[in-house]
Amino acid sequence: MTRQTEPTQQTATPTRGVAGPRRRAILHPRLRGGLFGLAGLALLALVWELYKTLGPADGVILGGITVLPRTTDLAMPHLAVMAVRLFEPVTGAASALPLWQAVLAGALFTLGIAAVGWLVGVTVGLALALLMQRFRLAESAILPWIILSQTVPLIAIAPLVRRWGAQIQFGEFTWESWMSVALIASYLAFFPVSIGALRGLSSPDANHVDLMHCYAVGWWKTLWRLRLPASVGYLLPALRLAAVSAVVGSVVAEVSIGLRGGIGRLIVEYAGAAGGDPGKPWAPIFGSILVGLVAAGFVGLIGLFLRRFRRGEISL
Amino acid sequence: MTDSKPAFTSIPAVNVRGVSRVFSARKGAGVTALEDVSLTVAPGEFVSLIGPSGCGKSTLLRLIADLDAPTSGSIEVFGKPARQARIDQDYGIAFQQAGLLPWRTVAGNIELPLELHGLGKAARRRRAAELIALVGLSDFARHYPDQLSGGMQQRVAIARSLAESPSLLLMDEPFGALDEMTRERMQNELVRICAETQAAVVFVTHSIPEAVFLSNRVVVMSPRPGRIRSIVDVSLGDMAGRGEDLREDEGFFRALSQVRDLLHGDEASGAGTRPAGARGVETR
Ligand SMILES: Nc1ncnc2c1ncn2[C@@H]1O[C@H](COP(=O)(O)OP(=O)(O)O)[C@@H](O)[C@H]1O
Ligand SMILES: [Mg+2]
Repeated sequence: MTRQTEPTQQTATPTRGVAGPRRRAILHPRLRGGLFGLAGLALLALVWELYKTLGPADGVILGGITVLPRTTDLAMPHLAVMAVRLFEPVTGAASALPLWQAVLAGALFTLGIAAVGWLVGVTVGLALALLMQRFRLAESAILPWIILSQTVPLIAIAPLVRRWGAQIQFGEFTWESWMSVALIASYLAFFPVSIGALRGLSSPDANHVDLMHCYAVGWWKTLWRLRLPASVGYLLPALRLAAVSAVVGSVVAEVSIGLRGGIGRLIVEYAGAAGGDPGKPWAPIFGSILVGLVAAGFVGLIGLFLRRFRRGEISL
Repeated sequence: MTDSKPAFTSIPAVNVRGVSRVFSARKGAGVTALEDVSLTVAPGEFVSLIGPSGCGKSTLLRLIADLDAPTSGSIEVFGKPARQARIDQDYGIAFQQAGLLPWRTVAGNIELPLELHGLGKAARRRRAAELIALVGLSDFARHYPDQLSGGMQQRVAIARSLAESPSLLLMDEPFGALDEMTRERMQNELVRICAETQAAVVFVTHSIPEAVFLSNRVVVMSPRPGRIRSIVDVSLGDMAGRGEDLREDEGFFRALSQVRDLLHGDEASGAGTRPAGARGVETR
């Protein structure tokens, strides 16, 4: 009898007791994730080199369709070739920078534009979500358009944005090409944010909403104390998706708008030079991966600061 | 019948007069959740609502809390319209689900209403510490809800409902999700808390012993449409005198069987005309 009266006192302590040994037995979850990531990368490198060594030179062709690529040095350079190429000058010119420096500069340039696009996209996405949460009517009026907006291909809007941008000019301010790129990046970034935030803002259960009503607090206080904290778990994946979208959007928009200085431009430029220099086109690809990682890492950092609000979630 | 509670002359804590609530359906006549319900709760009085599920207990409680509006009739809380009473924070409320915010600690959850209503940090801390001690969770103030058992969470919810020292507590099956042992302990604690705070309580339950043990009066309701069948005056003495031994008391068992008879009345024979009615049950 008495044993059963006690559970309320006991349950809290065992929870910690269980967590302790588990943490000691296996590595810290974050570290473990990183190790798995590295292992995956190593596996990919291994597969690449193995296929290059063992695969047929002309690739695998089934019914006229190439299912696996050719394994020539041109199509699939050794990883070592790519790596070494990074430390050689961009061109034969005496003043040329090492390739990695040029790519890094391009990566930073693209990262900057993507960051602007991400910020704009997140702001717009959040604003739309708030509007839709506040007014039912707005939700039915706006939501279909938000979804429809993403079916327009990027290639189609890029020239439009550039043309419209060119007409904007007031006072000192002139629209520049990088702004068009950032705008397109934000066009991709706002989508996951608006959808994720709307779901998050509507996620508190009726119980909590009732409670706020009992406390006779208005929409803003309910937003700040209940809806926003409750939406963090939905918002973070949306922000990460938005970050990746902003990077991809920036790279593609750089190409379609023809903006110089970023990774997108380098990808096109170096691809042209691939003939005698198979390692070179891979450098900006690594650069864009780097940008994506930095962007995702930044969102991860935000998540770290907000982890108090993610207690409900199961963390590995 | 008015011998058990003090202060019947002052303004009632809750005054429900001829209240009906019809939930309209898209098709058909809709659901009459409550029909012509009248109930008065005196200050400091503990009143339980009991009845089969669907008889409108929660609906009545939500109407008193102004979470919903009656289709007809009127509800006053401390002499004010329910809406005004809600805005003035005249009541504290606890639901079946503890409904704690998972990102706030025990202390943070209890401080929530105080914080929302602009109480200073130091005063908040002090009040939360008091309440945490009251519900016996002093060692867990910095814990998060997911680190607590169901019973502890419910205690936090009760502490939160007491945060602003309301003179009326509304509770909708607050112990419904707890096991029998924890439940009895929580009942004892609630009795102690009520004796200390002198608050009136409207308490929804579907446990007969719980209703009888806790209440000054037990309101027995019947479903379809939701009505008050009768009100049983338990008269087991005031809150301060209630202890574990009350559960063995003869009066306790008498009230228990009275409520039980009333609840099962409609299946056995014609409602309201049972002999139970003659045993000191006030029928409305
Ligand atoms: N929001 C609502 N919309 C429609 N019907 C409702 C709503 N709330 C309650 N009801 C109906 O009103 C009746 C009483 O419900 P409720 O007060 O929850 O009963 P209890 O709490 O006694 O179990 C039930 O038939 C229920 O289906
Ligand atoms: Mg109910």
